[in-house]
Amino acid sequence: MKETPNLKYIKELSGDDEAFEKQFINIIKTELPVEVETYENTVKENKLFETAEIVHKLKHKLNIFGLEDAYRLAVRYEEDLKRGETILEGDFKGILEGVQKFVNTL
Amino acid sequence: MNCIIVDDEAMARAVVAKLSENIPDLDVIDQFSNAMDAIKFLNQQTVDVIFLDIHMPGFSGFDFVQTLKDPPRVVLTTSDKDFAIEAYEYEAIVDYLVKPITPERFEKSILKVKGSMAKQPVIANKEEKSSSVGQELYINIDRRLIKLQFDEILLIEAKGDYIDVKTEKENYTVHSTLKKIKQKLPEDIFLQIHRSFIINFTKIIDIEDNSVLIGKNVIPISRSNRPELMRRLNLL
Repeated sequence: MKETPNLKYIKELSGDDEAFEKQFINIIKTELPVEVETYENTVKENKLFETAEIVHKLKHKLNIFGLEDAYRLAVRYEEDLKRGETILEGDFKGILEGVQKFVNTL
Repeated sequence: MNCIIVDDEAMARAVVAKLSENIPDLDVIDQFSNAMDAIKFLNQQTVDVIFLDIHMPGFSGFDFVQTLKDPPRVVLTTSDKDFAIEAYEYEAIVDYLVKPITPERFEKSILKVKGSMAKQPVIANKEEKSSSVGQELYINIDRRLIKLQFDEILLIEAKGDYIDVKTEKENYTVHSTLKKIKQKLPEDIFLQIHRSFIINFTKIIDIEDNSVLIGKNVIPISRSNRPELMRRLNLL
């Protein structure tokens, strides 16, 4: 079954603190589009090392949304990029689109 | 117990700050999105703990720890599990938290920090070696011994079996090695920043990315020598 993003970790972290939860989601809403844009630019410019760096950052967000399979794919993709391979680019793009869609609903 | 958080991701800093709220005697006194600002802060103020991201642009958490003369307790935070072995090679690093950090794991980490603080103070990475005795160096050029004052030497560059000693006025090529001349130079003035270069630390004009400008010479800084250089800087 395909995994879907969830707020389990964020809820656990926030406890009853709704203000924090809101603030935390706002941070993600601010940070994610910037990181995705950076990712897209580095891919476009074929800067593999820089792409690996930004994938590293993005994979933490996958973890935050409970996307364990996506996280594991991102780990592999980051390693691939460091070796000059981009075979997982399409899969990663799909993951990012899913996460962005989810974040837009928050 | 006070702490700072160093992480280039705002989201990651928010996680650690929130988890710290649950620890009654832990105060987050500041947060930094880059290593340089944190180093500047630590030059002014001491803290008990640093929550430090390993993976930051241009400066790893390990570089950071090596840069600090008297590092406090450091808890590394990372998305990778692969650095754990390296982490424990540093005396200052007491724990290694894999993101996303859970409240339970964070509390355990704080207990480790407290345990470490109760045991012994952290020992600095390296002991300072003694400084210079004399103020000059004699170099042998065509059977003539030429006296050079330390403060007129800009840098020394390795060139195979020879070294170039560059002063403000002249360059001298001497049959020697960097290793040999390094032993003759005072450590409080000279620093090896690359396998081929020793520089006079007091002659630095500026530092940009991975190079140093001395006179008109742009000298590369190697990754392994960068932490020591950064540690020596009197950063504002």
